[in-house]
Amino acid sequence: MSDVVEKTLTALPALFDSQTGAAKITNRLRQLIKSITELTSKHEEENLIKQELSAMKEQVSSPNTTMKQMREIMVRAMYCEMLGYDASFTYIHAIKLAQQGGVLEKREEENLIKQELSAMKEQVSSPNTTMKQMREIMVRAMYCEMLGYDASFTYIHAIKLAQQGGVLEKRVGTFTPHFHSSPYITSITHAQEIIRRKAVLALYKFYLIAPNQVQHIHAKFRKALCDKDPGVMTSSLHIYLQLIRESPDSYKDLTGSFVTILKQVVGGKLPLDFNYHSVPAPWLQIQLLRILSLLGKEDQSTSELMYEVLDESLRRAEMNHNITYAILYECVKAVYTIHPKAELLEKAARCIGNFVLSPKINLKYLGLKALTYVVQHDAKLALQHQMTIIECLDHSDFTIKRETLELLFRITNAQNVTVIVEKMLDFLRSCNDEHTIIHLVGKVAELAEKFAPDNSWFIQTMNDVFSIGGDLLQQDVPNNFLRLLAEGSESKEEDDQLRLYAVDSYLTVLKGHTSHLPQCFLQVMSWVLGEYAHLQESVDQREVIRLLTQLLDQRSVSSETRVWILSALTKISEGQTDLILDLAESLSSSQDTVLRQQAQELRHLSQESQLHEWALPRGAPWDGIEVDSSLSFLDGFVSEALAAGAAPYKPPHQRQEELCEDRALNLEPYGFSLPVSLSSCSITDRQSPTLLSVSSGLSGNSTELSQKAGCLILEGVKRVWGKDGYLPQKKRSTPPVDEPSAAVQPPGQQEAAERIEPRPDPLTQNQDKQQLASSLFVGLGVGSAMSLLGKSEAPPPRFRKKPHPHESSSSSSSGTSERSSDSSSRSSRNTTNSFLYGSLLEKEPATSISAFDHTPKSTTANGLAQNKDTKEDRRANTSQILGGDMVIVRPSTIQDKHPPSVSSDLTALLPADLKDLPHSDVISLTSDPSLSLSSCRLFRDEALLLVIFISNCTETVIKDVAVQLTCEELKTVSLRGNVVDCLEARSTSVCHYALLMDDPHTNVSFTGTVSYQTQPGHTNTLPFSGTLSTADFIRPLVVTTEEYGKLWLSLSHDVKQNLKLLTDAGDPLRTTLNSLKDALQLHVVDIIGSEGIVACRLLSGAPCLLHCRVNGTALAMWLRSPHPALPDCILYHCQRALAHH
Amino acid sequence: MIKFLLMVNKQGQTRLSKYYEQVELGKRAALEADVVRGCLARRKEECSFVEYKDYKLVYRQYAALFVVVGITENENELSIYELVHNFVEVLDKYFSRVIMFNLDKVHIILDEMILNGHIVETNKNRILAPLLALDKMAES
Repeated sequence: MSDVVEKTLTALPALFDSQTGAAKITNRLRQLIKSITELTSKHEEENLIKQELSAMKEQVSSPNTTMKQMREIMVRAMYCEMLGYDASFTYIHAIKLAQQGGVLEKREEENLIKQELSAMKEQVSSPNTTMKQMREIMVRAMYCEMLGYDASFTYIHAIKLAQQGGVLEKRVGTFTPHFHSSPYITSITHAQEIIRRKAVLALYKFYLIAPNQVQHIHAKFRKALCDKDPGVMTSSLHIYLQLIRESPDSYKDLTGSFVTILKQVVGGKLPLDFNYHSVPAPWLQIQLLRILSLLGKEDQSTSELMYEVLDESLRRAEMNHNITYAILYECVKAVYTIHPKAELLEKAARCIGNFVLSPKINLKYLGLKALTYVVQHDAKLALQHQMTIIECLDHSDFTIKRETLELLFRITNAQNVTVIVEKMLDFLRSCNDEHTIIHLVGKVAELAEKFAPDNSWFIQTMNDVFSIGGDLLQQDVPNNFLRLLAEGSESKEEDDQLRLYAVDSYLTVLKGHTSHLPQCFLQVMSWVLGEYAHLQESVDQREVIRLLTQLLDQRSVSSETRVWILSALTKISEGQTDLILDLAESLSSSQDTVLRQQAQELRHLSQESQLHEWALPRGAPWDGIEVDSSLSFLDGFVSEALAAGAAPYKPPHQRQEELCEDRALNLEPYGFSLPVSLSSCSITDRQSPTLLSVSSGLSGNSTELSQKAGCLILEGVKRVWGKDGYLPQKKRSTPPVDEPSAAVQPPGQQEAAERIEPRPDPLTQNQDKQQLASSLFVGLGVGSAMSLLGKSEAPPPRFRKKPHPHESSSSSSSGTSERSSDSSSRSSRNTTNSFLYGSLLEKEPATSISAFDHTPKSTTANGLAQNKDTKEDRRANTSQILGGDMVIVRPSTIQDKHPPSVSSDLTALLPADLKDLPHSDVISLTSDPSLSLSSCRLFRDEALLLVIFISNCTETVIKDVAVQLTCEELKTVSLRGNVVDCLEARSTSVCHYALLMDDPHTNVSFTGTVSYQTQPGHTNTLPFSGTLSTADFIRPLVVTTEEYGKLWLSLSHDVKQNLKLLTDAGDPLRTTLNSLKDALQLHVVDIIGSEGIVACRLLSGAPCLLHCRVNGTALAMWLRSPHPALPDCILYHCQRALAHH
Repeated sequence: MIKFLLMVNKQGQTRLSKYYEQVELGKRAALEADVVRGCLARRKEECSFVEYKDYKLVYRQYAALFVVVGITENENELSIYELVHNFVEVLDKYFSRVIMFNLDKVHIILDEMILNGHIVETNKNRILAPLLALDKMAES
């Protein structure tokens, strides 16, 4: 190949040189390119292009421009776009030209139109696009479609638009989807190879955009795969790779075909012009190998089919060219992905050796990458290459180093963790690429938590992580660390020791220079000192206070960090009144309102030690804190406020959206759309503000908050919920015992490691490297925990958290962080947050009713620290619930109010087709001397049937009985029997309403009247009312654990909460879930150990998934649903159900 | 998957850019400058792959010209490295002169080779077939 390269190299400069003239090229473009190349500054270029663009603008609109000139303009426009200047005014001309012009013109326009289409794609998926803009986009899309470009991505939006929009939108919306894939389907059988090929590729694109639309042509894909032309077959592989990635099981039958194709390709059966440097169709081979590895994954019988061809591929690819190595790499990956075969593994391992030992740097890189992949399956392989790995670790090339660290990360265990982490930190210190730092620091933190040999090392490493990672760190790293400290392990003694180490180390850090420390580290330190400084008896608390106060004086400390520091000071202030008063005094004139408030709180608390003791009990347990995140204790207040005419609460995102819409309305240049359609859409578009009731207002609020909390603490969940969904595996089965101190290494293991270690030439290797090697690769030997298939368990993490750290802390903080998010939003003055604050303001008076909600601590930004005073909050809450007048009535209380005097034999009167449905008890609605009304709820899958029994209590006939029922929040889909002409004496008539709930509300009340005539011409009316709860609209959702796992990942709105656990029976989890199941009609999907998963849905609509975990004496519940308000409603009812059990 | 393909000269001027994932026009210039800086900073003996944000760059130098391809993590770097060479060989086969002035034709060639971020054709004769047909039409 070298002669070709030579030729290319010599030719290229000439190719890009402008000297050798090109007669065909029009002068303008040539001029443009030339002048741009000659320019020296960016500023000049800008001016030139601006001139050029305005000249072009003139030309395109001039009627005299010929087609040829137009084409030349288009090429220039393309050039300008490439340089980053906006030439979008030419798009429409491009489309025009493409319509008129010849083939050559079309090709030019294609590029611009593609640009246009992708811009449109961006716009349609943006939530800010208004209806009017959308309509305009649709028209543009239609135009492109007419010219034969694929704008099918707009179909779905068109349909949406047609559903929502006004008249004009409807016309446009329904028009677009008329175009579809049919022309491509017909051309798949075209005689010419190139047409078939392009048709297959177009269908692939269709599949990517709308998989459901091309389902009916899967047979055609198979035809394409068997096409006699290799090009068409190659094109179809893109579709298959995609399909097989999504569901490998459905395409196992094609394994044979793929194997045959690969065999033919490898065997050189393709025409010679498919060769690249005498390797037959290398990219095709790579594609096939990828498909095979997907098919053979965890499937022995399928894998057996491909052993032979893989073996042949490995053998054939011996030629020494880059492209053969690319194939080999793919081969090795395939061999290690499919069901293992010893012989092949051995060959593949040897191949990796060739890579890694190659002097060519690119091959070395690929070898490391392959090794990184392979050690996940067989960690021992790293042993063979340890010397190379160590060399790569000190390599001058950044990329190689980075890849090596990735490899080391994969082989880390308890024995080599210190060395590996040291290497990673070294690398980090010299690295200044933000992305790499974030990525790698997270990994260090993960390793430290998993494998730390002792407390001091762990704290020291985390210190490094915080100071290196700084404020780039992902929020979950400090959160995880603090949680670990706060919750601790099983043994209190060990925990305290760890905390003590942390306190000591932080005091040392704070005594040094602190101005360079990142905010995040300062926050962690101040929290730890606040919580645990008292553990260190040898240090004077005054000293700690002094150090923290010093931080406050520093200018580099952000106001958020100040809040953390102040809350720490609040915790340790006890008994140091003089110092604190000084501090409070100096801060009381601060510019920052949050700080000023905290200073006030600090002053009060330090003066009243009793209050301090109560608000911030030292060493209070972390478990067992229940938080009412739905804020149901405020229901009374909110409904009063609403009754008094207050505006219902809107979550910030909704307000933001409305704001955007307003803005769009003002600036929008298009004039001919009716304003009516816009305002109507803004109501139907979202969860309508008019439909917001007390409960949904509340739940909207708490969703928002819990989301906030959710993004604070995300880690830890991943262990149960893996990439592929629910993982009902390992972790639970590992015994919750700490690993015996890993610092001392079992001697047998070391021997083994050394035995395997090949030493090619012991004389030439220096001793340092050997030492490093033995410390890096220790623990990978025979005793290694990782088996060939990687199925065995990972070694138990050193810092074992309690079985349910995540839910408990996050759910408790989700509730408590409410005040903190409030205050932090006050401090950060961006619009979103001030909106949040504005809305919370409405509720603030309610909080102030309870005396202890204003404990100073509750305004800190430190969610975790607040857990302690939630107890007080709760006490206050309950008292408020008892004291305040509850407006919302629980469904079961209907029965309490009206004693079930009505005989239940009324149910016998139910129509035959409804008799078998599950139903509630019959309760009395209202009665007067002549009529009595009672109701019963029947649970049908897709609706709630509200049956009303109308009984004539008199001895005379009652005429013209008519029932009228209204309920704003519910939708009545059918009603039957609500008008009865004549009701005989002592008889009962039945009428029933089928009701739907589209938006969940915790409770909805219905009102109604029944009118009747006892004497002709004399109409009586009797009003009645009642309440229905969400529980009536919940139906079990029957899914398997796998489906549940998949669904879980796809849902966005989640809420977490600790609930009461019913402990009176042998298996608390099962008992609790069963009682919930009975009360709420949930479906218990699975119970494994201390976890249970439960699913339900709102009638036949939105699902809601519940994940429950026993957490000491509480049940940590995590709910997810596509509907924002549904989890709160369900949670509310779960709480009720358990409280009344 | 291939995210973008750039041809840049040593001065950092873009000669050709093709994106397979929508990137805003305004952001392109900054991204290109970043990418070029990353590749130019590397020495000959270092490997041809660089990490950039959450994807990899594969670059290959031809005299004063760099071809840079942005790919996702799961792509095979070496095969892309060779694809670049294949592309250059095709250009070499078709153009006898300055290709800068034939921007449109380079685009046609590239469109034959890469679609939707996937490699769709590597056979040189087939890549050039449509272009040759167009040329023939233009002549007649």
